Amino acid sequence: MNTMTEAAYLADESNWQPDDHEHHDTGANTVFGFWIYLMTDCLLFASVFATYAVLFMNTAGGVSGRDIFELDYVAIETAALLLSSITYGFAMIGAHKQNRAATLCWLLVTFALGAVFIGMEVNEFHHLIAEGNGPSRSAFLSSFFALVGMHGLHVTAGLIWMAVMMLEVVKRGLGNQTVTRLSCLSLFWHFLDIVWVCVFTVVYLMGVL
Amino acid sequence: MLVRSLRKAALAAAVFALAGCQGGVLDPKGQVGVDEKYLIIISTLLMLLVVIPVIVMTLYFAWKYREGREHEIYAPKWAHSGKIETIIWLVPVAIIVILGAITWRSTHALDPYKPLAHERDPLTVQVVSLNWKWLFIYPEQGVASVNELVLPTDVPVQFKITSESTMNSFFIPQLGSQIYSMAGMETRLNLIANEPGSYEGFSANYSGAGFSDMQFEAVATDEAGFEKWVASLKRESPALTGGRYAELAKPSENHPVEHFGRVSDGLFHGIIDKYMKNYNDWNQGPAHASPEHSTSEHAAALPGAAKPEEA
Amino acid sequence: MSLLGNLSLDAIPFHEPIIMVTLAVVGLAGVAIAVAITAYKKWGVLWHDWLTSVDHKRLGVMYIVLALIMLIRGFSDAIMMRTQLAMATSGDKGYLPPEHYDQIFTAHGVIMIMFMAMPFMIGLMNIALPLQIGARDVAFPFLNNLSFWLSVGGAVLINLSLGLGEFAKTGWLAYPPLSELSLSPGVGVDYYIWALQISGIGTLLTGVNFLVTVFKMRAPGMKLMQMPIFTWTCTWANILIVASFPILTAVLGLLTLDRYLDFHFFTNAAGGNAMMYINLFWAWGHPEVYILILPAFGIFSEVISTFTGKRLFGYKSMVWASGAISILGFIVWLHHFFTMGSSADVNAFFGIMTMIIAVPTGVKLFNWLFTMYRGRLRLTVPVLWTLGFMVTFTIGGMTGVLLAVPGADYVLHNSLFLIAHFHNTIIGGAVFGYLAGFAYWFPKAMGFHLDERLGKASFWCWQVGFYVAFMPLYVLGFLGMTRRLNHTDNPDWNIWLYIACAGAVIILVGIVLQFVQLYQAFRQREQNPDTTGDPWNGHTLEWSTASPPQFYNFAELPQVRDIDAFTDMKEQGTAYSRPASYAPIHMPKNTPSGMLIAGAITTFGFAAIWHIGWLAVAGLLASVVFFLLRAYSSDVDYYVQPDEIERTESAYLKQAGVAPLKQEAEQQVEEVPA
Repeated sequence: MNTMTEAAYLADESNWQPDDHEHHDTGANTVFGFWIYLMTDCLLFASVFATYAVLFMNTAGGVSGRDIFELDYVAIETAALLLSSITYGFAMIGAHKQNRAATLCWLLVTFALGAVFIGMEVNEFHHLIAEGNGPSRSAFLSSFFALVGMHGLHVTAGLIWMAVMMLEVVKRGLGNQTVTRLSCLSLFWHFLDIVWVCVFTVVYLMGVL
Repeated sequence: MLVRSLRKAALAAAVFALAGCQGGVLDPKGQVGVDEKYLIIISTLLMLLVVIPVIVMTLYFAWKYREGREHEIYAPKWAHSGKIETIIWLVPVAIIVILGAITWRSTHALDPYKPLAHERDPLTVQVVSLNWKWLFIYPEQGVASVNELVLPTDVPVQFKITSESTMNSFFIPQLGSQIYSMAGMETRLNLIANEPGSYEGFSANYSGAGFSDMQFEAVATDEAGFEKWVASLKRESPALTGGRYAELAKPSENHPVEHFGRVSDGLFHGIIDKYMKNYNDWNQGPAHASPEHSTSEHAAALPGAAKPEEA
Repeated sequence: MSLLGNLSLDAIPFHEPIIMVTLAVVGLAGVAIAVAITAYKKWGVLWHDWLTSVDHKRLGVMYIVLALIMLIRGFSDAIMMRTQLAMATSGDKGYLPPEHYDQIFTAHGVIMIMFMAMPFMIGLMNIALPLQIGARDVAFPFLNNLSFWLSVGGAVLINLSLGLGEFAKTGWLAYPPLSELSLSPGVGVDYYIWALQISGIGTLLTGVNFLVTVFKMRAPGMKLMQMPIFTWTCTWANILIVASFPILTAVLGLLTLDRYLDFHFFTNAAGGNAMMYINLFWAWGHPEVYILILPAFGIFSEVISTFTGKRLFGYKSMVWASGAISILGFIVWLHHFFTMGSSADVNAFFGIMTMIIAVPTGVKLFNWLFTMYRGRLRLTVPVLWTLGFMVTFTIGGMTGVLLAVPGADYVLHNSLFLIAHFHNTIIGGAVFGYLAGFAYWFPKAMGFHLDERLGKASFWCWQVGFYVAFMPLYVLGFLGMTRRLNHTDNPDWNIWLYIACAGAVIILVGIVLQFVQLYQAFRQREQNPDTTGDPWNGHTLEWSTASPPQFYNFAELPQVRDIDAFTDMKEQGTAYSRPASYAPIHMPKNTPSGMLIAGAITTFGFAAIWHIGWLAVAGLLASVVFFLLRAYSSDVDYYVQPDEIERTESAYLKQAGVAPLKQEAEQQVEEVPA
């Protein structure tokens, strides 16, 4: 390739493509790296799941899952989160179509659903602690709060990230870097959904059975 | 290089010579320890079958194929040989198969939980590790002692082991295996002393400031001697009550030997159960917290039991 | 709670003369270095070229500097322990009371593993791996810088504990319940938690970064099964990092909750289960030792194959043996606690699994042997380390397999036999490997040579010192001496304790010689330059660059056709060739962001240790803000223009005395400056 034209081509930032193999932090690398990060996060959850599985019977004379879990309530929480995964999917479709308004709109809906989920979880925790069933009460409650709380912290981080991304989309539009970041957040968000399905099954469903 | 390998051979010889030394795991005084000593020796010899050739070959090849020996064959591109690669995978595999078989059998034979095959019924000793001393309770005799373990020779002993707070490891090297002591749990160890004598026992798991002096004397004596010791304790020593135990549970270093002529019933189980209370009652719910569980009676026997974790 | 949380002047151990003298010496050394930097006007260079650098080669050098500094700290701990144990015999209490001694052995373990061995390994990986695969940098250069500074943050915290408060008195495993608040109420365990947590996250990011690098950024033509063996072993180590460090993160997090928020994961009370900690800890801890050893295996392979002037024997066996070790490394953790009372079936299973690891390890040893076979071995310093390793590690492996027999472990567990075993493998394996790698890649990274004579002297001191220091510990283990004792009272042990202490002194001489060698090399760097970039007649691509390599590594990405890519090029006559013209190279800009983010996180850790609420919040917020500022900075990269590349390459080839191979390239040189 002619050196001059290539230099001129590359010098124009707007031409940077994710498949530009000369580029350092290409979109493909970022997404692949993010996948590996998600694997590590998955193991983090697995460790805490294992801890929960070992400790969930150690109620130390306190309440057990059957006494405190309200499936109806958690089902609504779950529905909000699952729905938010779908709406995030719509946001991504908008992003790939370079439709800024649609992307923002769906991100906003996703954010709202995520916020509902977190709000309900905080409410659940608040009630439990107020009734004297805080994490200090027993190993079971410790592992319950740690597992569910860790997922909640992840969702909260996801919400903050989403807010930042909405600002980015408003300010910068849907450039390659922004879409890459949205894709990573998308992976993160769906991942949290899957983790929640496991939490719901292992902690709540099996807890009341 | 040669000097070094010679020195190593000398050291290895020294290690084996130590088998005749006083004390330690290569000078066992009980059947379990004897079995473990031979297990160590056989495993080591088996591994030396590979280890010695590797060391010799390393030094020999480095010497033979060093730079400047132009008369040796030089094959810079030779990097694969199916034959050699098969052999170098198979030789270690063969050794490990044999060693694995030995491991499987010896692990089952030496399982610390398995009562020893012996015509006599085992003597039970309950062991509690406290910060930083050992309490030995003889439930069948109704006596107890601190930092002194007296055992009859040629009688299998079953130790039931727990801890008051930190994790320790109950170990008398000359008698054989060790086992952790953990709060809220009972671990077991079966040993036997075949020769009378006094053997050093200690904690083999670090447990804090006073750990280094957390030692006891394990005295193996004939049965008459053991009976005499029990009788003297019953005659002369005070009772180990819940209150006295609470005193004992406070951290102390270099604790002197103490004897108790009587022990409150269920003291040992109380020590375990105070951490286990309603431990596993998922299926019972909080409203009816296991009245049938043995916890309550043991807890009752332990009015003054210290609960440092909850304090 | 005051503005400073639990922190007050009482936290400084004025009553401990040893610590105060150490602090004074460290302080004076710090001032001396600062004065020297000012005098030579090097602050700018230090800041612009090093501290803010995102260049993997410079980060690698900085990692190794960190490792060497921490080696001094960790070894000081070691020699204090050995002298204490040599003095505190026959009822004597020695000069270190348990209060202080227990911190020393904890710090020794944590420092040597997490802050000496890990940075050393990651440093060598940083220097060599991207060059070996023909990449211009790692996948995420900024993240690489952040990882480094997170490691430094952890190291800073652990060193702060020396003069401010205390370090953990729990042993480096920090087993609960001893490490719980009720039994360790001081800040020691908190220092432990946050130092490990912060550096652990750095390591985790490194693992992710290098995996992407290896899978996505290999030079054109390089298949996975053509990667240099060091790259392969590092890749297995990175897979282990990615798969095991999250478990450490989790288990430390749970212990944090126990200590800070009164949770009950591992407490005795309220249904906690300390065994859970021990299992999780070793589910990380055992893979961790393979993370340390596998790259060392890779170094030995490179060294043997280079200095014997041969291809590596059994490359595929080597790759798969490393893989087998990595995978098996995950199903052996229980062998660290056979004495916990698991059933015979469980113990036997984990024992046999552990032994199986000896098979691929043995295969590796044979492969090195047959690499030497019919070669022309040059007995250089890296080769000496390798030979020393092969002899020493074999013994360590044997004692390891012995400990894997549960019946033997029942009497050897936690004894000095165990201590001798793991030092035998970690010093005789990992450390010897890193020192071999240090000598091997030093000219590449720095551009000048180390003194061979001093290097050999250092090796012999290490080698002899190792045997004198650790063989007695095997004996002491058999004699029934357990680890972590503060003083002993057994006349049979004394002689062995004295010998071990003498061995530690010999190793000390080896370490001093290592530093003298380094000093000598710096002083005579003008006299001993490595002009060719290929001092050892190397096989792999790192030797095809200048020493130190051009900041962009490769002016043109190399085409790879063989495992020994550079040897292949030399044989084909394509080495040192130049293209007709150079394309601009995209490079990341240096940035202080990594340092700022890690600094903020370290501040958060410090505040958490001392319960300074406002500072913790501030630290955490600052780290997020610095991160966002970095994420939205547009000033992150630039292009190296062809004329600059041209100048750099010409200078290198001229210095190396290699005539450019292509005629057309010659003509191009004439044209471009115009």
